[in-house]
Amino acid sequence: MQSLKIKNLECNRNGRSIFTGISFDVTPGRILLLSGKNGSGKTSLLRILAGLMPPKAGSIVWGDKKFTDKRDRELFSPLYIGHSNPVKLGLTVRENLIFWAKIFGHGLNVDAALEQFGIRNHSELPASYLSEGQKRRLTLARLALDQPVSTLPSLWLLDEPAWGLDPEAVKTLSNLAIDHVKNQGMVIISTHGNNLDELLALNSDRYSLTENNC
Amino acid sequence: MINYFSNPNRFLKLTEKLLPWLVGLTILFFLVGVYFGLLYSPADYQQGETVRIMYVHVPAAWLALSCYAFMAAMGALSLTYKHPLAGIAARSAAPIGAGFTVIVIITGSLWGKPIWGTWWVWDARLSSVLVLFFLYLGHIALSHAFENPLRGIRASAILALVGLVNIPIIKFSVDWWNTLHQPASLTRFDAPAIDPSMLIPLIIMALAFFLYFLTILLVRIKSELTSQKIRAINIKMIK
Amino acid sequence: MLNRIGLLIIKDVKLALQGASDTGMTFVFLLLACTLFQFSIGPDQTLLIKVGGGVIWVVALLATILSLERLFITDFEDGTLEQYFLSPMSLVFFALAKAISHWLTTGLLVIISAPIIALLYSLPNEVFLPLFLSMVIGTPILSLIGTLGAALTLGAKRSGVLMPLIILPLYIPVLIFGTLVIYNVMYGHNYNSFLIVLIGLLLLSLALAPWATACALRQAIE
Repeated sequence: MQSLKIKNLECNRNGRSIFTGISFDVTPGRILLLSGKNGSGKTSLLRILAGLMPPKAGSIVWGDKKFTDKRDRELFSPLYIGHSNPVKLGLTVRENLIFWAKIFGHGLNVDAALEQFGIRNHSELPASYLSEGQKRRLTLARLALDQPVSTLPSLWLLDEPAWGLDPEAVKTLSNLAIDHVKNQGMVIISTHGNNLDELLALNSDRYSLTENNC
Repeated sequence: MINYFSNPNRFLKLTEKLLPWLVGLTILFFLVGVYFGLLYSPADYQQGETVRIMYVHVPAAWLALSCYAFMAAMGALSLTYKHPLAGIAARSAAPIGAGFTVIVIITGSLWGKPIWGTWWVWDARLSSVLVLFFLYLGHIALSHAFENPLRGIRASAILALVGLVNIPIIKFSVDWWNTLHQPASLTRFDAPAIDPSMLIPLIIMALAFFLYFLTILLVRIKSELTSQKIRAINIKMIK
Repeated sequence: MLNRIGLLIIKDVKLALQGASDTGMTFVFLLLACTLFQFSIGPDQTLLIKVGGGVIWVVALLATILSLERLFITDFEDGTLEQYFLSPMSLVFFALAKAISHWLTTGLLVIISAPIIALLYSLPNEVFLPLFLSMVIGTPILSLIGTLGAALTLGAKRSGVLMPLIILPLYIPVLIFGTLVIYNVMYGHNYNSFLIVLIGLLLLSLALAPWATACALRQAIE
């Protein structure tokens, strides 16, 4: 089974060293919870894994391929959800999700996904009407879409996905994450230790960033 | 050699050794060039003594253009190889090049005043140099416009390369603009037919300007590296 | 790939049309700026005819730059840009799509207002077709280069005046050849060669600008 191996990752932003010497493995079937104080580098780590920024040093190896600088988009394209919600306020809720589904080649079971996150009844409203929490749900609804099938297990990188969510939506999110890893997917979630952690406790491992600050 | 200079400290050491020589040579060449230009070379049949401005105007123009090419080349290096010194070199060269364009513009204006009767005429060459000046200003502004200096360096590197492609196009378009709008040609704003007695001081002055460019470039790179060190120390203190 | 580009363009145009007041305001700006020139130059008919071609183009440039400010900002701030980077679609195509949507929302507007402004400046009838042609070829160049400028200054402090400062020198060739078309018509010469040069500039920008824009966007994301 191909696992993701991260070795000695170092991150530098604006001349400041954010972290050094990060190493861990992620195996399909388990969720990895990243924890650490504010400023410890969780977001930077996830962004590096997503390919949004290059690490200063270290290696990322998936199966037998090394992905550090050039990302082969065909082989390694994680689903990354960051802090902000890429919601276009001028489009309706439904149009937003369809847009992302088409851009990424996800399945078009948009209504089912909206239903899972409890915003189906808003689907024809312009997204500007949504509250912040509802926008978060809309962003996460992408996770409920059918994913394209590929040879490598699919990696989800979620940066504080439960931020602003009420307990009901957190439960939906945790179910989705658990289902994903049960289907041999991989999930890395950065968390602050809220009820999402408890819901995922049985299926997850932890990696704490506090000891690796520079 | 390029990799050798990735380490700023090595580069700084080399700079320390070179600078006194460069300063000396620059002064020497300027003195010789000015002597030849002002005193020794002949005045022009048509333009009289004012042609001597050519000895400043023409080399400055050559340097203004080569400096931009240098800047673009350094920019390309910093983008493709992420060479740290290349980006700093580009950033340091920009104000020097801008200064050269100002010299070209001012000397051009001074040269032309007796002939035109006014301080400025939208002549093809001067207009192109003016646009070059704006290109430099844009580059300088962009490289300093970001919190993260690296981002500024990379963005302005892209701009410099785009600008480099544009310079021949701009020259071409301004030439056409000028000939088509002003069919009557003005006095030849050129260096007169180059006689060896004029060519030699011209080349000496060109070398003098080039050495000046090198000297100031190294000084600026040095100060840029130093301020980087200061920034790094400040950041460490915050932690 | 083409599907995705089309998708992006449709989305952007839809959003732009919703802010229809924005589009309307650009149109009003064009007319207003022309009026300013008229006031400052004076009602001298012969003078206005002489400067009319130049004024149209300068005003077109200014309007284009005004609408470029907001091109990438919302996408950058809400994380959409990152997602585009992570998607199967190359940023080069995204840059191209953005330039096309910008042209559809601003460039077309300029093309439509140009004859109206020509009327205000009493330009002779022969000018209208060449003006239209030069605008049709020239405004996409403005959009392509403008997109590059917007990407380069994304996230800069005080980007307000920075972007025009960077882009305007690059616009000068387009400005020159666009106005040369008009002036040549008015002096009774042939203007085809200038249109061909403009087409050449357009092809050059099509080849280089999206690629450079993608480079700049990648810098902004990191």
